Amino acid sequence: MNTGRLLDQVLAIFALVVLWWLVSVLVSSPLLPTPAEVGFALNKEWQQDRLMESLGVTLQRVAISFVFAMLIGGIIGVLMGRYKLLNRVLDPILVILLNIPALVVIILLYIWFGLIEVAAVAAVIINKLPNVAVTLREGGRMFDHELEELAVMYRFTFKQKLCDVWWPQLFPYIMIATRSGLALIWKIVLVVELLGRSDGVGFQLHLAFQVFDVATILAYSIAFISVVQFIEWFILQPLDRRASRWQKGSSSV
Amino acid sequence: MFKFSVNGQILSGRQVLSALDVTVKTGETHCLLGPSGSGKTTLLNLMAGLQKQNSQPYSEGKDSADTLWGPAKPDIGYLFQQPRLLPWRTVLQNLLLVEPDKHIVIDFLKEVRLEEYVNYYPSEISLGMARRIALVRCLLLKPDLVLMDEPLTSLDLPTAREMRGLIKRLICDDPTRSMIYVTHDLDEVLELGDSVSIIGGSPSKIIYENSVEDVSRQELEDLLEH
Repeated sequence: MNTGRLLDQVLAIFALVVLWWLVSVLVSSPLLPTPAEVGFALNKEWQQDRLMESLGVTLQRVAISFVFAMLIGGIIGVLMGRYKLLNRVLDPILVILLNIPALVVIILLYIWFGLIEVAAVAAVIINKLPNVAVTLREGGRMFDHELEELAVMYRFTFKQKLCDVWWPQLFPYIMIATRSGLALIWKIVLVVELLGRSDGVGFQLHLAFQVFDVATILAYSIAFISVVQFIEWFILQPLDRRASRWQKGSSSV
Repeated sequence: MFKFSVNGQILSGRQVLSALDVTVKTGETHCLLGPSGSGKTTLLNLMAGLQKQNSQPYSEGKDSADTLWGPAKPDIGYLFQQPRLLPWRTVLQNLLLVEPDKHIVIDFLKEVRLEEYVNYYPSEISLGMARRIALVRCLLLKPDLVLMDEPLTSLDLPTAREMRGLIKRLICDDPTRSMIYVTHDLDEVLELGDSVSIIGGSPSKIIYENSVEDVSRQELEDLLEH
């Protein structure tokens, strides 16, 4: 990542921590611990191996849900963007899925299938899938007709069409769906864990909530936000830059 | 010889083309002249097989449209009005999609003096260069028939002259290669063409057809004006 940009972001986070520290000192209440107290809570969870174990379990659920939601939602979305009939048929279902509260889906799946792992992950996928489909539908609609003609005239193979014509056009939409997807999925996973699992960050938050342990709640939140920020800085942003190299006209003739 | 019989074409509820035939002999360059909006590109798209329902191609020695427009190696190379290079692929990557042998691609690039630009993206080269790359991509198909849709539009005079020279050398002077060349520029017709058709009217039809040798510039100008 660009050092200047990284420095800006680190400074912004530092300013936020300073503000938090000032407010917590002024308020001086166990309901708003200082950054140091949250740091101690984080260290305690780390020492007792709960932090990494919980993070690992939650991340695994996030990863599985993310992959399935992107794959299924992406394919449905692109096909809806390409075929008007399919769009007409599936659009009302998509609108219904978009408007069902996440909590309702989670509770219903737990009631119908029990408090099992498959129900938990399926609830997250069902919540995220319509957002991915809506975003990728726009991508499918924006396919360049002239490039389609080119692919026909020059007899591109299916693999060439997929990798060289369609994927680069869909990439910006996939990145939008990925970013909003990660943000949404991990929040839903925590709710799913809180309601019906006995491990993961959501479960730890549930335990901390029962004793009003705000420091531990914030410690887990910060740990997870850090992981997502790490993914953004070291995976998504490099991918973005790599995919947009062709847009730079630095050595224009 | 290639012959295309078009049954007419309706676009957005309006008939833009009447039934018409276009014939080009082997090794011949046939120019299609007509004012803007007369349906020249539509006609070229029909001949290219991009809209198959309203036209029927015939090629000497080939049995049917399946051969000419089939999924195998195409007999028709289409140079679109815009270069249509994939913007996210370099010049070399664009050409390797059509011809996987890098040496052949580089040899062709040398022909158009662009071998130094293999790693450039289309956004980093000029329109004239992109047109030459598109010409190379078209020729890499080794087509028997080349369709060209106003390939010199928007080019400055020296670049257009250079591009015209390339088209003449690489296509017109090849006795095995035929070309249908759409333009509204009489200079291009007189320099490149062996025969010429003028399309006009509403819906458009062929209103004049002749060998370029037997027609004067003045006659073509008069026909285009009317």
